[in-house]
Amino acid sequence: MSRIDRRFAALKSAGRTGLVPFVTAGDPSPDGMVDLLHGLVAAGADLIELGVPFSDPMADGPVIQHASERAIAKGVGLANVLAWVAAFRETDAETPIVLMGYLNPVEMYGYAAFAEDAVEAGVDGVLMVDCPLEEAHVLEPLRQAGLQQILLASPTTAEARLAGLCEAAAGFLYYVSFAGITGAAQLSTGDIAGRVADIRARSKAPVAVGFGVRDAASASAIGEFADAVVIGSALVDRLSGAVSAEDAVGRARDFLAPIRAALDARCIGVGSGT
Amino acid sequence: MTEIADFHAWPDAHGRFGEYGGIYVAETLMEPLAELTAAYEKLRRDPAFIAELDRDLKYYVGRPSPVYHAERLSKHIGGARIVLKREDLNHTGAHKINNTVGQALVARHMGKTRIIAETGAGQHGVASATVAARLGLKCVVYMGAVDIERQKINVYRMRLLGADVVPVTSGSKTLKDALNDAMRDWVTNVADTFYIIGTVAGPHPYPQMVRDFNAIVGREAREQVLEQFGRLPDVITAAVGGGSNAIGMFHAFLNDRGVRLVGAEAAGEGIATGRHAASLAAGKPGVLHGNRTYVLSDANGQIVETHSVSAGLDYPGVGPEHAFLKDAGRAEYVGITDDEALEAFHLLARTEGILAALESSHAIAQAIKLARELPKDGLVLANLSGRGDKDVHTIAAREGIEL
Repeated sequence: MSRIDRRFAALKSAGRTGLVPFVTAGDPSPDGMVDLLHGLVAAGADLIELGVPFSDPMADGPVIQHASERAIAKGVGLANVLAWVAAFRETDAETPIVLMGYLNPVEMYGYAAFAEDAVEAGVDGVLMVDCPLEEAHVLEPLRQAGLQQILLASPTTAEARLAGLCEAAAGFLYYVSFAGITGAAQLSTGDIAGRVADIRARSKAPVAVGFGVRDAASASAIGEFADAVVIGSALVDRLSGAVSAEDAVGRARDFLAPIRAALDARCIGVGSGT
Repeated sequence: MTEIADFHAWPDAHGRFGEYGGIYVAETLMEPLAELTAAYEKLRRDPAFIAELDRDLKYYVGRPSPVYHAERLSKHIGGARIVLKREDLNHTGAHKINNTVGQALVARHMGKTRIIAETGAGQHGVASATVAARLGLKCVVYMGAVDIERQKINVYRMRLLGADVVPVTSGSKTLKDALNDAMRDWVTNVADTFYIIGTVAGPHPYPQMVRDFNAIVGREAREQVLEQFGRLPDVITAAVGGGSNAIGMFHAFLNDRGVRLVGAEAAGEGIATGRHAASLAAGKPGVLHGNRTYVLSDANGQIVETHSVSAGLDYPGVGPEHAFLKDAGRAEYVGITDDEALEAFHLLARTEGILAALESSHAIAQAIKLARELPKDGLVLANLSGRGDKDVHTIAAREGIEL
């Protein structure tokens, strides 16, 4: 059983909703990255989505786009990202890490070389925004090495494709809560509850919901019907002004604490659970 | 290298040209692209749609555009005959209108009420604003802030036509960033919005659809050259940024193995300087803007900033069919520097009285090089893809002339 599968199984048996924070690797500071990852876990993260900076993130909103630009300006590349994951793994062997990003950096690294190095570093899965199921063949070397490809579904996903996604889902299925870019729009939870319930009933994997989750209230509302809640832009925005690694960790803690509390308040078996 | 039996058989059912092309987009766009593919597949076989398109191309665009034997230029060069396909004579001044007329008709058939487009040099933006005005559709054009500055006249033309021009200030503030923002808009507004991509790149079915709408350039030229000269050309040149005018020109000739096809990419200040936009000559296969193709990226896979005197060629990727033709050895891709393009611009202006777009001047420069190598009865066909009025300020500024 993979680290991601183990974590979701533990969440389920504890009756808890998972909290999945997203941060951009190298932002706000390359030096403080490993501390920040540990800080996220201390603040209640069940799984971490680590964004791989890319120059042309066409599905991301301005907050994450600018975080990518800042990281790239500091020279952050995939090799750095893998080194941070490896350093994080020295003292945390349990928290799953999924790399989220776009294909071209992996393409230039080389799929086979990346698969080997990512597994060695302790990466558990990849979510490639621009790699839908139809093109997933390019990631076969990653799957063979033991990395799980996290697939996305969205409100525009047609029924036939959704069946395929539910069947192919590994680790968890990421449901994009609205048609748009990260960090945009207001969430209409009523619209998506039914859809997510339907997907959860059919998917082999648990369902995490992201896009538009920004605070305790929206996280709690999503937590009513999702296995996990992903929170990205609002956190990245909060971290962006940090003046030191310590400050970043503090900001993450302050930001995530009420969200963690709100998720736990509505869960059956409150407790660490993980 | 695999031997290709029929170049007209591509893309395959997955939108792939060999290992290139495909659909590399966010999940949200998969269904809109599937809807577009289904609509286009139906329309491209529909005699009524084809008749409608042909009427527009004839009476609105002004097709067929002539092929023109540039005798004074040819004589000046002292080599083979140079023949120009005059896409600059189309309505709005470039080949771009062929595609926008086609896509706007598709948009109308799909019931879309809003058009978005991205533009570099502004020609595609102008063409999109033009067809939107004609069909009464709302139009938003994304354009890099740098390009807005160097293409002021086209920006004003778009606004005169009723389009909103949205400056893009992220990244390199040029075409690739405008494309990212247009994609973001599309993701957000898929229900009522049709995205008119301006070149043969992007996710399937765009590379095929844009090619099909521009392939009339080569079909006409093939007939016209046969009629006027009784033979096919020895070699064809066309400028390649994203590659729509070049594919449009090359496509009808792909299975004429005796005709050399040469794409002229923007070598900018020289390939060796790193300040260029020659994706095929200096890039590697990668994934950008929804398709696998040759891209210019650094060791970390970040897309690099490009340079060309011509805003329309200033793009770090290229259409996947060109990547396929390069690997198959069917077409050659060479670099033309800014200086060479400008020299060709002036030479054509003074020998033939034609101001070519800076994009097209790359094709003319390559045609001149090849004509010098061929005997006097040789035939070089160059695609004069657009007129140079829009570039007059750029050229004057570069030459230190205040207008």
